[in-house]
Amino acid sequence: MDKSEGLALGLSGALLLIFFAAIMYASTARGIDVPKCITDPDPFERGQLIEHAEDRYELQMIARMWSFQPGSIEIPVGSELEIYLRATDIIHGFKIEGTNVNMMAVPGSINYQRLRFNEPGTYPLVCHEYCGVGHHNMRGEIVVTES
Amino acid sequence: MNFDTLNLSKSMRRLLLLLLILPMALLVMGIYGGLMQAFFRAGIVTSDPFVGGEYYRGLTLHGVINALVFTTFFAVAFGHAVVSKSLNMALNERWAWISGILMIVGTVMTALTIFAGVADVLYTFYPPLQANVFFYVGLVLVVVGSWIAFFTWIPPYLKWRKENPDKKTPLAVVGIFATFIVWFIASIAVAVEILVLIIPWVLGWVDGINAMLARTLFWMFGHPLVYFWLLPVYVMYYTMMPRLAGGKLYSDTAGRLVFFMFIIFSIPVGTHHQFMDPGISGEWKLIQAFFTFMVALPSLITAFTLAASLEYAGKQRGGKGLFGWMFKLPYFDSNRWLFAYFITGLFLFIFGGISGIINASYQMNAIVHNTAWLPGHFHMTVAGPVILGMLGMSLYMVAKLTGKKIRMKKMVTAVPYIYSVGLLMMSWGLMRGGLQGMPRRTNTGLTYSNPDSALYRADWQLFTDVVVVGAVIMFVAMVIFFAAFFLTLAYRKAEAPSLSFGWTESVHESSGPIRWLHNFRPWVITAVVLIAITYAPVIYDVTTTGYSTSPRFGPESPSPRLNPSPQSEQVVPPEVRSEEDLDSRAEQLPLDFE
Repeated sequence: MDKSEGLALGLSGALLLIFFAAIMYASTARGIDVPKCITDPDPFERGQLIEHAEDRYELQMIARMWSFQPGSIEIPVGSELEIYLRATDIIHGFKIEGTNVNMMAVPGSINYQRLRFNEPGTYPLVCHEYCGVGHHNMRGEIVVTES
Repeated sequence: MNFDTLNLSKSMRRLLLLLLILPMALLVMGIYGGLMQAFFRAGIVTSDPFVGGEYYRGLTLHGVINALVFTTFFAVAFGHAVVSKSLNMALNERWAWISGILMIVGTVMTALTIFAGVADVLYTFYPPLQANVFFYVGLVLVVVGSWIAFFTWIPPYLKWRKENPDKKTPLAVVGIFATFIVWFIASIAVAVEILVLIIPWVLGWVDGINAMLARTLFWMFGHPLVYFWLLPVYVMYYTMMPRLAGGKLYSDTAGRLVFFMFIIFSIPVGTHHQFMDPGISGEWKLIQAFFTFMVALPSLITAFTLAASLEYAGKQRGGKGLFGWMFKLPYFDSNRWLFAYFITGLFLFIFGGISGIINASYQMNAIVHNTAWLPGHFHMTVAGPVILGMLGMSLYMVAKLTGKKIRMKKMVTAVPYIYSVGLLMMSWGLMRGGLQGMPRRTNTGLTYSNPDSALYRADWQLFTDVVVVGAVIMFVAMVIFFAAFFLTLAYRKAEAPSLSFGWTESVHESSGPIRWLHNFRPWVITAVVLIAITYAPVIYDVTTTGYSTSPRFGPESPSPRLNPSPQSEQVVPPEVRSEEDLDSRAEQLPLDFE
């Protein structure tokens, strides 16, 4: 291995380490993380929005062929939304546009993510995993209202 | 016939031609499907003559043919040729034929189920979506056939090693063996998924399937699969491209190191496709994110080594200064037309690789996961360097094996450039749309790209339209290629058939074998250990954290299939357009299937 080759190898390794360090920083210091494993699942039967406090909501979301239930929810700006996601038939996807919330809904497991909505507006969510002939109809929305 | 008698008999030649030409004919269908998907997504068409309005059937066909069948057939044919030519050894013809026939039977079986409309499950076939049992059996036959091909190379290799104790294994053989070692280990996972989980469930022997476990096993195979596509092309880049450019490979040792690194790092990374999945702990996802970065390393070394090799070639050809060599390479030399297929692929792979690193970046994946960004990314890998290398090499090998002169050579040289322009446009449209939330694998033409639909998204229209323009350009390039390919075959033969590859020499090369880069065994053992460490906790999680298993579902109905018969006899759902429809329908359905 000659000198320039060793240098290229070293720089490549260093670059990847920097990337990985950035991931660790975002994960630990900033708390931006991927969905974790929920070990005590509560396979809720109906989708619903539960208000725990004025700015704290729990969303029990059902993904099924070919709709989200509830299909549309409304929460006030500044609320924290805890989302539990369950698929009742096959695999679906769940992405809230313009946010970091992106989850797979896999039957047999509950997925979970949490997000605070600081901007009012309508956040579309689409099913992004193929789920049969009506897949392209499967969407919903989260409306974040002023005050 | 009396050609290359030492290592390529007439029967082997026939087998290779079959393995190269048959998937090329299928690819015509797969490429047409790709164009149609762009049209469907933009809402330009809502049905086509082959799949009717079934966008998802066309997409299944496109994925299975282009990504699974074409690539596997090519890798086997190329492997047969490289191993027998570079070791100068005959292969076991009977087993080579058995392997080829298994692959063909499997392909026909799978293709028929797709055409019959009983396997609209896309190429990832995630349970609890269920296809006809022959869809899976066909895939298993293709995989088993490719394993047998690999096994026919092992005895000649061992014999060669015994006869040549002081020689280095030819780099191309190292590359092909690395390809198939990765493939073999990884496809055990998908074989288990299909044979142990899916088939008993499809046939009704068991009632439920663990969807997360099946998904995990699929990706344990599905990510190494991309290296199975890529590595044969790396073999071409390392062993043929520098010489075609008029130079030498910068470092033979680097090439060996790269192939061995792929053996250990290709497989313990599959969970990065499941960052957004439930049921797997974040720590295990993070570990696999780390190894995904490790597997980027051999590709970064490759970028350096190949750039250095091309610089060497450009300077041999009179290029001066820091960048002058770039202008001296034989981009449009139709006598070295194969170079065009390599250099365009290499260029596209810069973007394919960078977007891949973004996907692998753990929480950043949340921005792009399952959006149109993903097909934008992987078309710059599998539909970039991989397909271009395989197309070029297929044409080269077929022309050599039949002794025919390549027709339309100037056009053949232009194809990869036209194709690349189209591909860059298409991938830009997909990736940019993906960043704005446009989903992948979705017939957007009916809803999101349909101005008459309540779900219309005007802000995505530009992206689907750019995708159409790109796809049309790619399609034109491919039509020219197919015309040249089949025209070449149609003419009489011009010379005696003979297959030879112009192997490259190296600038830097060790005089004899380097001990740690000579044997596969330590690398394979390391790979198995790494797989065990990274996958044991993931498998443990997905088998223990679920609350239930799933019955069978068809793509056409939200009710489970009670009858295990894999026909699509279920009710066709009524047209659903609005959310109210869906909600009212949802009310009527039983929510719980247990």
